[in-house]
Amino acid sequence: MTAVVQNSPGAAINAGAEPYLEEIIKKFTVAAVIWGLVGFLAGVYIAFELAFPALNLDLPWTTFGRLRPLHTSAVIFAFGGNVLIGTSFFVVQRTCRASLFGGEPLARFVFWGYQLFIVMAALGYVLGFSQGKEYAEPEWFVDIWLTIVWVAYLAVFLGTILKRSEPHIYVANWFYLAFIVTIALLHIGNNLALPVSFFGAKSYSAYTGVQDAMTQWWYGHNAVGFFLTAGFLGLMYYFVPKRAERPVYSYRLSIVHFWALIFLYIWAGPHHLHYTALPDWAQTLGMAFSVMLWMPSWGGMINGIMTLSGAWDKLRTDPVLRFLVTSVAFYGMSTFEGPLMSIKAVNSLSHYTDWTIGHVHSGALGWVAFISFGALYHLVPILWKRSGLYSMRLVSYHFWIATIGIVLYITSMWISGIMQGLMWRAYDSWGFLQYSFVESVEAMHPYYIVRGLGGVLFLTGGFIMAYNMYRTVRGDVRVEQPFESAPQGAPAE
Amino acid sequence: MSKFIHAKAEKNLLVLFLATFITVSIGGIVEVLPLFTIESTIEKVEGVRPYSPLELAGRNIYVREGCYLCHSQMIRPFRDETERYGHYSLAAESIYDRPFQWGSKRTGPDLARVGGKYSNDWHVRHLINPRAVVPESVMPGYPHLATTPLKMDAAAHLDTLKTLGDPYTDEMIANAQADLAAQATPDADTDGLLKRYPKAAVGDFDGEGDRLTELDALIAYLQILGRMVDFTKFDPGQADR
Repeated sequence: MTAVVQNSPGAAINAGAEPYLEEIIKKFTVAAVIWGLVGFLAGVYIAFELAFPALNLDLPWTTFGRLRPLHTSAVIFAFGGNVLIGTSFFVVQRTCRASLFGGEPLARFVFWGYQLFIVMAALGYVLGFSQGKEYAEPEWFVDIWLTIVWVAYLAVFLGTILKRSEPHIYVANWFYLAFIVTIALLHIGNNLALPVSFFGAKSYSAYTGVQDAMTQWWYGHNAVGFFLTAGFLGLMYYFVPKRAERPVYSYRLSIVHFWALIFLYIWAGPHHLHYTALPDWAQTLGMAFSVMLWMPSWGGMINGIMTLSGAWDKLRTDPVLRFLVTSVAFYGMSTFEGPLMSIKAVNSLSHYTDWTIGHVHSGALGWVAFISFGALYHLVPILWKRSGLYSMRLVSYHFWIATIGIVLYITSMWISGIMQGLMWRAYDSWGFLQYSFVESVEAMHPYYIVRGLGGVLFLTGGFIMAYNMYRTVRGDVRVEQPFESAPQGAPAE
Repeated sequence: MSKFIHAKAEKNLLVLFLATFITVSIGGIVEVLPLFTIESTIEKVEGVRPYSPLELAGRNIYVREGCYLCHSQMIRPFRDETERYGHYSLAAESIYDRPFQWGSKRTGPDLARVGGKYSNDWHVRHLINPRAVVPESVMPGYPHLATTPLKMDAAAHLDTLKTLGDPYTDEMIANAQADLAAQATPDADTDGLLKRYPKAAVGDFDGEGDRLTELDALIAYLQILGRMVDFTKFDPGQADR
């Protein structure tokens, strides 16, 4: 497992005297797994709240409205964020052959500072402090704290690249850099607000109405574009070639799709505001750029998947690689679906419905979570210096259980979303609206149950992963039949 | 040539950093900034006014409870939507919305014009237990709103909004705390309040007499939604000028 490939980028040879800092990456890894489970569990719970409203318990702290931001922030910022920062610290050290700038103290500040941000945000939601902007719910003082932590993170990342002993800045680091820089820009731009008092949590947005809407979706869509896409493409460019033991398919393609992707993504925000009071020119621009975005997205997918050329047989024997490759396939699927839904005619049906929720989850579960699982499975034995994972069979179980969960989730949301959209616009033969709104609510019930069950499967997979990692860290190796054609004693190397 | 240029970005961190920063800035500059300067972005219509202190308090509860996660406040210009909810929403109708609450999902119906559609009594029963009035509803119940006294330093809130540019007058700020209570007190003198905030719904919202609760505030907010503009006098041709 720890064997390194000499011809692939970032081989673990450190020319400098300073050793790589890995204790801090262990912390990020553990935090990612724990927050992941919290986030998945919150998601499952609120999914069932929509099927069985009694689960809201009629208490202030447990309603859907307060737990939904807890779910989205836990999976995006807590799980995703810890994966991104942790892997970026791992990748930047190895591809630059330099230890982290600022050493252990600064890295530790980034870690604990970021966890404090998560805890403050989560407590805030449950106790009723919210800015009321999706994916940017934390109030002003939490925003300021995150800004400080983020600047420290940027300093560590840039500083490490500056002291590199490799002449080239490896492609994974371009993506990580674009992610860090753009998130800083979006975070500050969207969260400008004036607190009512210095000692109170409440603030009012600096923008109103239509400008606030555009600013929010400039932020919101690029939280997807840069947090959940560019950052995780950084993971892809390191872990897929590493695990497949093949070089990246096309260097030229990585250059073209990197610049095209980060240029085009920023324009796509208005597709969240089709047919609203946002001026038409902005909607049209948003749609045009969203459709164009399909190309660089698939450029990334092609580069990731084709990296397996000549190594496809490994998918049979290495379930970790299976996670990584399947994630790229899901990435391709949801980045096709996204441009499709950004076309105004399609959006007139899909907007406000569960189709959007299904689309987000094919990206979030299939792409973001799967590539994270693959990277974490790859990292744990390396960080804790174990010969391999406790059990490859359990990785395979995790893979299939989670995959079935995703399929249940997205298919139920396709059906319910399209059905909702059609019911809302249906007219009977006398020219009256055919359904009252609440009839569409009632019709969703079976699909909400199926979606919840899909979530339960995905969460189960998460627990299997946590158990597998716990046993790996303890140094256990499960006695099991290795996968076919794997060499004896070294399963799925 | 192009190979040479890119080699610079691959080897020089400053070049890579600046090129990235510029590349990701362009879209926002072109799409977001003009909305603050192009005049036709917001229609010219009469009637839209800042929220009264009680409506503002209710709006803050709406934001706090995450209502926007299941209810939109943005009616699109489609036949089915305008028949179901009323006239399509105008940008002008949310110029005092900090933050905007257009929403992105309709697990429940759009609320942009819910004001005046249901009685206060209906709202009280619905918010305490939605299934008491709509059996198929999946909305959470909010019984605690009826028992939580409303606490708000109204003048400080209005003052903050004034600093941000909303047209609250000194008179409005001076009367803020009194207006907050008067709007939900039965038989209170509301002449001054209604002059400052035309069309505001007044009365005892939660049926609790003179006790001012969070439920009072939320219902006062829901009852003004979509009622500020008189659409019998609205001319889209004129508004776009």
